[in-house]
Amino acid sequence: MASEAVPLTIRQNPLAVVYEWLGTCDHKKIGLMYIVYALLFFVVTGWEAVLMRIQLAHANSTFLSPQLFDRLFTLHGTTGVFFVAMPILFGFGNYLVPLMIGARDMAYPRLNAFGFWMTAFGGLFLYASLFAGDSVAKAGIAPDVGWFAYAPLTAVAFSPGHSTDYWNLSLLLAGVGSIAGGVNFVATILSMRCPGMTLGRMPLLAWMNLVMGGLVLVTISPLTAAQLMLMADRYLGAHFFDTQAGGSAVLWMHFFWIFGHPEVYVLIIPCFAFISEIIPVFSRKAIFGYPAMVAATTSIGFVSLGVWAHHMFTVGMPSYGNAFFVLTTMVVAVPTGIKIFNWLATMWGGKIRFATPMLFAVGFLFQFLIGGLTGIMLATAPFDWQLGNSYFVVAHFHYVIVGGILFSIFAAFYYWFPKMTGRMMDETLGQWHFWMFLIGFHLTFDSLHIPGLLGMPRRVYTYEAGRGWESWNMIASVGVILQGAAVLVFVYNLIRSGVRGRPAGNDPWDAWTLEWATTSPPPEYNFAAVPVVESRRPLWDVKHPDDPDSKYE
Amino acid sequence: MLIFVVSMAESGLGAAGNPASPTNIFAPKSTPAHSIYQLSIFELEVLGTIFVVVFSLLAYAVIRFREQKHEDGSEPPQIYGSNQMELAWTVLPVLIVVVLFLSTAQVIHRVQDAREPQGTIEVTAVAHQFWWEYRYPQFGLVAANELHVPVSDPAHPTPTYIHLLSADVDHSFWVPQLAGKTDLIPNHPNNMWIDPHETGLFVGQCAQYCGTQHAKMLLRVYVENREDFDRWVHAQQQQAAANPSAAAGAALFVSKACFACHTIRGTMAAGPAGPDLTHLMSRETIASGAVPITRENLLKWVRNPDTFKPGSLMPAPDLTPQELGQIVDYLMTLD
Repeated sequence: MASEAVPLTIRQNPLAVVYEWLGTCDHKKIGLMYIVYALLFFVVTGWEAVLMRIQLAHANSTFLSPQLFDRLFTLHGTTGVFFVAMPILFGFGNYLVPLMIGARDMAYPRLNAFGFWMTAFGGLFLYASLFAGDSVAKAGIAPDVGWFAYAPLTAVAFSPGHSTDYWNLSLLLAGVGSIAGGVNFVATILSMRCPGMTLGRMPLLAWMNLVMGGLVLVTISPLTAAQLMLMADRYLGAHFFDTQAGGSAVLWMHFFWIFGHPEVYVLIIPCFAFISEIIPVFSRKAIFGYPAMVAATTSIGFVSLGVWAHHMFTVGMPSYGNAFFVLTTMVVAVPTGIKIFNWLATMWGGKIRFATPMLFAVGFLFQFLIGGLTGIMLATAPFDWQLGNSYFVVAHFHYVIVGGILFSIFAAFYYWFPKMTGRMMDETLGQWHFWMFLIGFHLTFDSLHIPGLLGMPRRVYTYEAGRGWESWNMIASVGVILQGAAVLVFVYNLIRSGVRGRPAGNDPWDAWTLEWATTSPPPEYNFAAVPVVESRRPLWDVKHPDDPDSKYE
Repeated sequence: MLIFVVSMAESGLGAAGNPASPTNIFAPKSTPAHSIYQLSIFELEVLGTIFVVVFSLLAYAVIRFREQKHEDGSEPPQIYGSNQMELAWTVLPVLIVVVLFLSTAQVIHRVQDAREPQGTIEVTAVAHQFWWEYRYPQFGLVAANELHVPVSDPAHPTPTYIHLLSADVDHSFWVPQLAGKTDLIPNHPNNMWIDPHETGLFVGQCAQYCGTQHAKMLLRVYVENREDFDRWVHAQQQQAAANPSAAAGAALFVSKACFACHTIRGTMAAGPAGPDLTHLMSRETIASGAVPITRENLLKWVRNPDTFKPGSLMPAPDLTPQELGQIVDYLMTLD
């Protein structure tokens, strides 16, 4: 472009910073990159939701074309699960696990960086489909097969062009990254703990990330396998899912959901971890029933591997098959109930401080309770014959993903931001964020249950008037405005506090786990001297030498 | 916190207070839907009780145990756990799960394993992108988009058994007041049954995303008394009557592309891909329930199906305005 020579000045410092982040193997930097990357995609998937809610605010709307709407819900779901929730939880896990077990880094720092970059490229690749263009692919931009991409809608006959390939390959890439992350969590937690930290003294966050890492290993692989089979169908003339040639559409469902359901636990278990750290500190009590919490978490991990076909009650399984998956799914309610009661018992008799992290944690508890109960309704196969694939399901899983997972992620932000940046987040803005988001959330997702009960299926770009759906959809759309505004407050708070928040010091919450024993932010080596612990709450022991935990464990 | 209580109450009232909605799952009009309804009400009572108990405990903890203004800064007593309590809140949920599971299994069995009585109506529903084909093998007739079944007197049940097939991708048959949904999956035949207790029109729609026009793949089930149903069957069994006044349109139908996809029994048109049009005008809607059947709508639809259903698989035929009028005139004779 420039025909004349332009004097090139290279400023050393900015580039050096870029190189440092691009090439880093430090678990804290990788963790932060995961988090920032996920936040960017959070804004993207949020906008997709806003567009869809505008379209659905009233009946027979023509704001979006059906083609665009179908692409938006595919992108929204895929992005939300794979490029927001997973990376943000991997980010927190990466940042926190080594600090909390007194390690200097993850077990495999380079694999860790590799995992992040694979996930990052996966997300970018999905959105590259937007630029592939109609003219190139001849089949429109961006995939439109839904986030679970049921066969045979993904076959070349029904999805010509390359939009489905973008979906397939981007998740394949991200899946490889996730497996790398899973390996790393398991190896780190099993073998990098500081002296004195037996498995029984690990913070619950480490325990839960261990279960999450193990689940990633066994659940991502079926998805990856199915995606390779789909590639073979589309390009090598295989017939795994090609129903015209004797393939099986139901096979894809099994593959997808044996990934897809444990995936829900991959997302929620790290959130249990945040809550299990935050509730004790803000209630000023040790976690109630530590061994029961560990047992409940691991049993959820195992049972979650045997529940996948509750996504398939309408597929026409035999009655005993349906009954089996009703039973396994309902069994999950038992360890989940144990957790809720233990959190409750931790708060019982405490001195609860309602700082922003605790507000979000209590919000999580309430919403997770409701999401769990609607989950039992959906686990009841006959009830699911009515509720399945309706807006009731949409409301249920957003209750878990937004009301549960996102609330606990917000709690984690307010709680660990001081450790990551050395500065406190603004408490007033935090309260505004919480209350606006809470009200917006309930306007949207409480309302959406009802059109589901009144027969509104999901994934419709528009709907008929006169079925009792309009007003609930309108309220749901209004709620999105409040949620969006609350997220703006949150982002503003992040940036403002990052630049000029009140200095945090090492231990602003008077907490008990090892990450608070080092500076904020921690040095690259985390701890000047490797800590030695004698109980589950090493900092409690330091603060109360006369009455240490180690006496009671 | 108040929000939670209000919102839950709202949800209940919202659904129950909507008897007007023709797709309300809590207004069952057929045995399978009724069995589900009874189970769901029992379950809602159980879960509602659990919610109220846990919610109250949580609300109490939040209010009662908040840090007081003038605290001395000391830590509260540290309690590490209690095996008795862990046992209590393990055993109690286990018992609840057992009860819920047994009542669920019973309803699964009752709906799924129901034995087919004598004298049922058998229908084969074939889902297509984005419309429904209904075959009645007992009567040798094929209809589209509007399913007709006889009402079933609970004293002398005449249920309808629906054999579910798909011609292309996954779909799902969901008329909430008659039964729960069952998917139509290519290469994986399914079955369901209904025994509507009242006459009337019952609506629903495809409940498994099946492509661009999933939203307008609407279901209409006309439940009629036996005489009306038999009359309908008899009428549908007839071939299309030749009508000299529409001869020009009839000729166009088989010379333009129409006949390649549509069947009109009694003519050369025998295409299998689109809806059977032999008795088109006996229906109340076109485009799988998208719009009422009027001359104006037929003109718009045949000129360009994207007017009502962008992305529908019917191509816009290349017709002059005069030809378009003639074809629609012909279609309007197909009663």
